[in-house]
Order: sequence, then structure tokens, then C-alpha cells
Amino acid sequence: MKIVRISNAAIQSDAGLAALADLGGGGLASFTGIVRDDGGVAAIELEHYPSMTEASLHRLIDDATARWSLLGAVITHRVGIVPVGAPVVVVGAASLHRAEALEATAFLIDRLKTEAPFWKREHYADGSAKWVDAKASDDARAERWA
Amino acid sequence: MKLVYFASVREAIGLSSEECHVPQDACTVGDLVARISELSEDHARALHDLDRLRFALDQEMVTGDTLLGAAQELAIFPPVTGG
Repeated sequence: MKIVRISNAAIQSDAGLAALADLGGGGLASFTGIVRDDGGVAAIELEHYPSMTEASLHRLIDDATARWSLLGAVITHRVGIVPVGAPVVVVGAASLHRAEALEATAFLIDRLKTEAPFWKREHYADGSAKWVDAKASDDARAERWA
Repeated sequence: MKLVYFASVREAIGLSSEECHVPQDACTVGDLVARISELSEDHARALHDLDRLRFALDQEMVTGDTLLGAAQELAIFPPVTGG
């Protein structure tokens, strides 16, 4: 089972995970990314490349499924304005045993951060805004899975 | 070819997309981006630093040395920052 959702509306931190729990596996792992208050950030804005985004997320799940024995995986990603404290992304994977689900979840979020066509802009309380720079540490984490 | 821009590149150029004629001597993505940067001062400012740009050809991530072939759409954007 593969589920990819791009959402303009608020997502729940358990988005899509209930479906993974029903697949008969013994392990379900997930990661939720939340907007943090980084030096006065009030909200972030997420832009994406609509005609490419879903296909790139499906490919990440296909890559994970080729690498680990998974029963299913989900990726739900917000776009638009997301306030501090709200989830931006939920990634989950289900497998018979925990190791596959845990590793696949890390793989999915690490690769999503360097490959999926999303861009973040930070909005500050004073009304200013700034595009977020990509981090070398994110590249390093993604390369672990090369 | 259709050009699409995202994030800081879109803002610097002031457009989210435009059509462009591909010169016959532009064989690779990098060749074409160099030609696009000559369109205006805004294009030049947005596209001057190739190392800080990423590209997708027909919605597939590619590098500057990728051949344009028969592609219909070139996207130019900064490194992605989702998740």
C-alpha cells in the first residue's frame, strides 16, 4: 500500500498511519516534522512544483519498497502557510518486524528533504520573510542511503 | 520550451513561467540556462551562480550537463528545502 498526499489544509500527526496499522505487520514507524519557533518564526510557507511533487514522492516510496520488505508506506506533506507547532510532513512505514519500518522511515524523510520539490520560506512576527537555505547536514544524511 | 521557476529564482525573475526559443547551439541544460540569463538583468541576477541552482527537465531532476533532447519543460530552482 502506497499513499501520497499533498495537502493545503492542516494535517493530523497520525495522517495516513491508521491505514498502515491494518496491514497485519508487527511494526509501524513514523516521523512527523513540525514547524518550530526558530528565532521569531511565526509560520512557514511551502511552495512546490505541482506537476512533479506527487511523482517524486511516489518514487521515494518505490525506492524504499525495493530496499526493504515493507507492507506499506505513506507520505503526507503540507503546502501553503503552516503556523508554528503544526505538522509539515508525516512519513510512515509498516513491516513485519521493526527494523525495516524504522530504517525505511528514516530513508523516506532523509531523501524527501533533498529530492522532493518543496521550498520553505520563513515568515517572522514583524512581517518580514526569508527563503530557507538548504543544509549541508541534510545532504550528508541523504547520502547515507546512496 | 516552457521555463518554470520556483522560490527565490521565481521571485528574482519576477515570473513563474515563460516560453523560450531554444537556440540550435544550446545542447545541454547548462547551455540553455546561460542563454536564459542573458534575457534581462533580473534573469542574470537570478541565474548567475549555477552551483546554487537545481534543474528538472520534464519533471525529472537533472544536472547542468544533461542533454535537452526533446524535452518540453525546464524548471530552474534553488536546492529543495521541504520536509
